Amino acid sequence: MALDRWIALILLGICLAYGYAAWFTMDEGLAPFMQRNPIWPSTFPKALSVLGAGAAFITLFGLEKSEVKVGDIDYRRLHEYKLGQAIALLALMVIYALTLRPFGFLVATSGFLIIGAFILGERKWHVMIPVGVIAAFSVWYLVSQVLEIYMRPLPGFLLGLGG
Amino acid sequence: MLEGMLIGLQTALSLKMILVVIGGCLIGTFIGMLPGLGPMSIIAIMIPIAISMGDPSAALILLAGVYYGAIFGGSTSSILLNAPGVAGTVATSFDGYPMTQQGKAGKALTIAAIASFCGGTIGAILLMIFAPMLSSVALLFHSAEYFALMVVGLSAIAAFAGTGQVAKAIMMTTLGLIMATVGEGALFNLPRFTMGIMDLQSGFGFITLAMAMFALPEALFLVLKPREMKDSGSGDIKDMRITRAEAWAIAPVIGRQSLQGFFIGVLPGAGATIASFLGYAVERNIATKEEQELFGKGSIKGLAAPETANNAACTGSFVPLLTLGIPGSGTTAILLGALIALNVTPGPRLMIDEPQIFWAVIISMYIGNLVLLVLNLPLIPYIAKVLMVPRNYLIPFILFFTLMGAYIGQNNATELLILVGFGICATALKFADYPLAPLLIGFILGGMLEDNFSRSMQLYDGIGFVWERPMTMGLLIIAAILIVLPSYRTRRAKSRQAGVADGD
Repeated sequence: MALDRWIALILLGICLAYGYAAWFTMDEGLAPFMQRNPIWPSTFPKALSVLGAGAAFITLFGLEKSEVKVGDIDYRRLHEYKLGQAIALLALMVIYALTLRPFGFLVATSGFLIIGAFILGERKWHVMIPVGVIAAFSVWYLVSQVLEIYMRPLPGFLLGLGG
Repeated sequence: MLEGMLIGLQTALSLKMILVVIGGCLIGTFIGMLPGLGPMSIIAIMIPIAISMGDPSAALILLAGVYYGAIFGGSTSSILLNAPGVAGTVATSFDGYPMTQQGKAGKALTIAAIASFCGGTIGAILLMIFAPMLSSVALLFHSAEYFALMVVGLSAIAAFAGTGQVAKAIMMTTLGLIMATVGEGALFNLPRFTMGIMDLQSGFGFITLAMAMFALPEALFLVLKPREMKDSGSGDIKDMRITRAEAWAIAPVIGRQSLQGFFIGVLPGAGATIASFLGYAVERNIATKEEQELFGKGSIKGLAAPETANNAACTGSFVPLLTLGIPGSGTTAILLGALIALNVTPGPRLMIDEPQIFWAVIISMYIGNLVLLVLNLPLIPYIAKVLMVPRNYLIPFILFFTLMGAYIGQNNATELLILVGFGICATALKFADYPLAPLLIGFILGGMLEDNFSRSMQLYDGIGFVWERPMTMGLLIIAAILIVLPSYRTRRAKSRQAGVADGD
């Protein structure tokens, strides 16, 4: 089964779960005065679940004919692309999200930029490190001083916040 | 109207706004030139900055400037490298790149800039004429018509998605609408579909979703498949002048394509890409035999046509946004999201309630076009150097700005994890050729669609508004036709083909 039909199957599942929630669970707790309204909080979601399930069904069973198109990237030959780099960068983004608060903006961001370039194959440390640090500092300066959005620059213990 | 224009002029001509336009155009050109990054990603990345400026006029002017700049930058990389940064400029590379190969890169860039300028300026004039007209008609609309109009808009976007793609586009639109129902709506004051998760109480963040849908997959595609960056003499762009004869040759093309591009841009779902391809095709068909031979080999007409059309279409796409509050494309949907975040509701009342925003945007379009012509064009040889920035440095920065955009808006690290999660889903959808713009448009229109639907239901005490209001009925019928037509046409084409085969 082609990827687009697998995705249609997943989306059908989402629509069914959503539809179940809308049709069978939402109306129970509705206040009596609201029940006399022509529109309930569940009305629109009910319609959406039917529409979504219908469209997913059409794609799933290939009722709408379409020619197989290979886009920019052919997912069937994904391993031929730089998949490792992409996954490593995604992992790096997750790590960045988790370390942004505890490590502070400057440390986390310089780290992200330097390791990101490293993952992509850059080995010139004398360029990577200054670029990463200067960029992190300038963005922090712009965001916190010019746009006035507070971002903790350094780890808490260095700022005397007790971690 | 005149008064509004003067207020707009006053706003747009202040030093701050001019700087904003110039900045927006430069940033847009800069990033738009990078192959693989489209205007939607660039605008998504710029939104947090625009919103933190606090002033809706300035924000919209900045984003519109970025939009123009991105389209212009996209043409530059199409011409110099045959690597269009933006889908709307693919047609530009048909004749632009051959000109570069012939050593006429400077001339090609000048023609592109002049064509863009004329297309954008004529588009802005048409916008000035048509937007107020449409606005005054739209004032007669009630919730029921708004609901129907949004349904038409969403169906048109699905219908333009391409052959065999209609069900997928409807699926994506519905998914967007479903995502919009998550969280606490204004209408019912109770959380829906939050699954007890506190972070979902206020719904999904629009900026996070925009980044995840456009910026992240595009960046990941750049990682997966590095594009060949051939330097084809972009370092020596010289002789940027064009002759009088060439100017006369492209003048009618520019005139025709400005009009055609503008009206295609007004249609929801069509946009700059279709306008540029159609413009190219039309001009090739009506050219003389000798000129037709030149198309694809460096014809100046073939270059001017898509360039004029895509800029006129960009301007045209502002018509439904500013007058009806309904975005016709992914880019205008992002702009709509930004406006809503700034507490401005675009729609027919915008022109009356906040003329300074409405007119300042239109006037800044002229300024933006002028900036592109007089500032960006001479700077192109230098800006083109950005194409030489090594990919190893570029990609971490793109990813970082994507993360920052989502983080600044919410100041919440969970948002970053949601971003990565959605980004992976969006990349998978992109692999399977699902269109992503309908999802975002559905998400942004979802709240408004449900509000208008609920209001009409309450007013008419049921679904009766559909048949009691002829205009609503008419619009909904149009929507249904839009959905059914593409598959009907493919089926008919197929049965015809089959018939021929049988006969033979």
